[in-house]
Amino acid sequence: MSEQKIDGFELKPGFKGMASDTGSDQTMFKGVHWGKAMMWIFLLSDTFVFSCFLISYMKGRGSTIVDWPNTSEVFSLYVGGVPVPLLLIAIMTFVLITSSGTMALAVKYGYEKNRKMCGWLILATAVGGLTFVGMQVFEWSKLIHEGVRPWGNPFGASQFGSFFFMITGFHGFHVSIGVIFLFIYTYKVFAGHYESKKRGWFTKMKGDYVEIEILGLYWHFVDLVWVFIFAFFYLW
Amino acid sequence: MSDEYDNNKSYQAQSSEVIDGSAGSVNPDIDYVRPAEVGEQDLYHGHSFIEKWVFCQDAKVIGVQYFLTAVFTGIVGLILSWLMRLQLGFPGLAGFMTAEHYYQFVTMHGMIMVVYFLTALFLGGFGNYLIPLMVGARDMVFPYVNMLSFWMFFVAVAVLMASFFVPGGPTGAGWTLYPPQTILEGTPGSGMGILLMLISLSLFVIGFTMGGLNYMITILQARTRGMTLMRMPLTVWGIFTATVLAMLAFPALLVSAIMMTLDKVLQTSFFMPTILKAGEVLEYGGGSPILFQHLFWFFGHPEVYIVALPAFGIVSDLISVHARKNIFGYRMMVWAIVGIGGLSFFVWAHHMYVSGMNPWFGFFFATTTLIIAVPTAMKVYNWILTLWRGNIRINTVMLWCLGFIVTFVNGGITGIFLGNVSVDVPLSDTYFVIAHFHMVMGIAPLMVIMGAVYHWFPLVAGKMLHEGLGKWHFWITFLGAYSIYFPMHYLGFIGVPRRYFEMYDSPYMTSAVGMNEFISIAAFIVGAAQFILVFNIIKTLKTGKKAEQNPWKANSLEWYTSTVPPEHGNFGDRLPVVHRWPYDFSVPGAKDDFIPQTTAPSEVIHTEVEKT
Repeated sequence: MSEQKIDGFELKPGFKGMASDTGSDQTMFKGVHWGKAMMWIFLLSDTFVFSCFLISYMKGRGSTIVDWPNTSEVFSLYVGGVPVPLLLIAIMTFVLITSSGTMALAVKYGYEKNRKMCGWLILATAVGGLTFVGMQVFEWSKLIHEGVRPWGNPFGASQFGSFFFMITGFHGFHVSIGVIFLFIYTYKVFAGHYESKKRGWFTKMKGDYVEIEILGLYWHFVDLVWVFIFAFFYLW
Repeated sequence: MSDEYDNNKSYQAQSSEVIDGSAGSVNPDIDYVRPAEVGEQDLYHGHSFIEKWVFCQDAKVIGVQYFLTAVFTGIVGLILSWLMRLQLGFPGLAGFMTAEHYYQFVTMHGMIMVVYFLTALFLGGFGNYLIPLMVGARDMVFPYVNMLSFWMFFVAVAVLMASFFVPGGPTGAGWTLYPPQTILEGTPGSGMGILLMLISLSLFVIGFTMGGLNYMITILQARTRGMTLMRMPLTVWGIFTATVLAMLAFPALLVSAIMMTLDKVLQTSFFMPTILKAGEVLEYGGGSPILFQHLFWFFGHPEVYIVALPAFGIVSDLISVHARKNIFGYRMMVWAIVGIGGLSFFVWAHHMYVSGMNPWFGFFFATTTLIIAVPTAMKVYNWILTLWRGNIRINTVMLWCLGFIVTFVNGGITGIFLGNVSVDVPLSDTYFVIAHFHMVMGIAPLMVIMGAVYHWFPLVAGKMLHEGLGKWHFWITFLGAYSIYFPMHYLGFIGVPRRYFEMYDSPYMTSAVGMNEFISIAAFIVGAAQFILVFNIIKTLKTGKKAEQNPWKANSLEWYTSTVPPEHGNFGDRLPVVHRWPYDFSVPGAKDDFIPQTTAPSEVIHTEVEKT
């Protein structure tokens, strides 16, 4: 990845200015790192993936012949014999959103070249993500224990289990990939690869703290998707 | 402008000081080019054979790898079409051919040609090779990811081919893979075959996403100095827009593949309604087969333009170069490409007029479908107006371009027929549809591919393909393709249904049998004629005439590399600086009939060309 240099480039005002800047030579998004632009476009594509999943879910839920299970009962936890709806989900959401906060701070400290703080915060984000995945495993095993299967469940329409496992599974897969990369980046930051300009294991390219921000974009996106899944699955 | 690439002139103004005084004739006012915004790209040069030719990070090698793999799958698809035509023209002649085999061949032919051949060839092959060269970049922006993209595609092809050898054979559900029959017993390949197909498609989407990100970011963020969006060759515009479409359309394919895989493996019922089989209710129930059709065609229709738009772009460049004339209405062409791309997301349900959806829905999609004809027609007019009074060279490349225009208009007009609900309903699932889409997205893009191969072969291999063989190849293919697909329109009108293994004693047999025999013989000849190209390439590589640099006298940057064929890094020590669009042909007053993109305005001061 190359370094960005813009010598005295000023964006022109107004719509015409925007149009001429956009169409001008070399770069369309002035000063935007290649990797960052790539991640944004990848996330746009991934948005379409999740949109297709969620729209299919809406269509599936709207056209089943059997009633949909009562989600506030299915997803409740018993605390001292009292069912508390959405308790686990609330904690999961809290953990994931918090990890978004630590990620944002890690990006900030990364750009300030505060290697130690940056590394600890990425590690905290990774631990948050891992906690989330762990709680999701707990939730899945609880539901499976209660008889929910991808092909059917005792509470209502069989599509409930199908869509639930598929969509939360696909999201959990995204979180897991993110966690793996967070651990890798934790190592890279603590080992000082960005200062020493050490070349990557696979790509043979020199890294930069902008990579932390790129990973951050992905992480925030995964959080945002969770908010939608939360709304569509648990609140609907 | 000599054919030799003049380093001093073209590489002037590398520093942010635009004019360093070394080039005496340069006028600082009209030759100003914005200083460099992006630093030099960090390139990793391979050291071993494996790094240079197998897991190579050079986009040009990756492009050739994509090309060869796609051509291999294309030949498999061609052989399958021969087998189909053998059965249709001469039923019973091939003893091994059962109805199951026929359906499997239909399915694999369709999927291979659309996805693994045309898409991979245009975007993976031409995209990888041409994008960095044409926009003046040293390589794709993420070479490692680009390498992974090819190998993911390679694995996808391997998985697809493996499905020929599993018990039950490949899937025979038709390339649209409509549930519920796709995964139910009784459909050929409903076991491992369909599973491998779905896995292969998912791998293809993942691999393509990696490549597509590269194409997009290279075009958006890594152009050379002076290369504005409106100075890019139309090839780049076509590939770029097709990539955008692919990035937004493939997700629907991925999602439908995942859901159908779960339906198959875990007995979920995303797409599976309640099904009675031999009096027994199957495990499935409550799913929606129509949902799959919507997801599939939300991918499937943009897919048509993923194939067509790069063809539009490439053919524009070829016509302009070989007619020695600037492309007519460049901006209109760009906006037409972008407009077609945008509209292609709002037309998908015209494939579903007979699915039982609300007629008003059909009305909406008929309207949007016919609106697409407007930018498409603009493009056709512009190609013809580019030829108008041009200095046309009737060489092999130009023949393929002319063949493309004719074929495309032909297929486009039948598309207008089929876009209307009331016409489509009686014609759907007949040979008319087969003729339509083979003309418009089979033969037409293939003609562009052939033209592009003859055009860019001197760049890739440094040798000129044999013209005489090329003309034979063209005429046999062109006349043969018309012999195949023109009669098919008629077969459709008399109502011969598509995807039928045999007509048995139906009334069609009497009038269609002779025609089917004729079509089949033409298909054998056309298929065999494609090996003329293979022979031509092998012969040229062995004994062919060495190509001079820029044999076609073109303007775009790929012909102005430091060596031919270009080496890793493409442009030697300094990247070129662009001063004009790539279509300055036959400029009045200029010394030559072409002005390369790298020529500064002050160097052609006596001409009547405006600064573009």
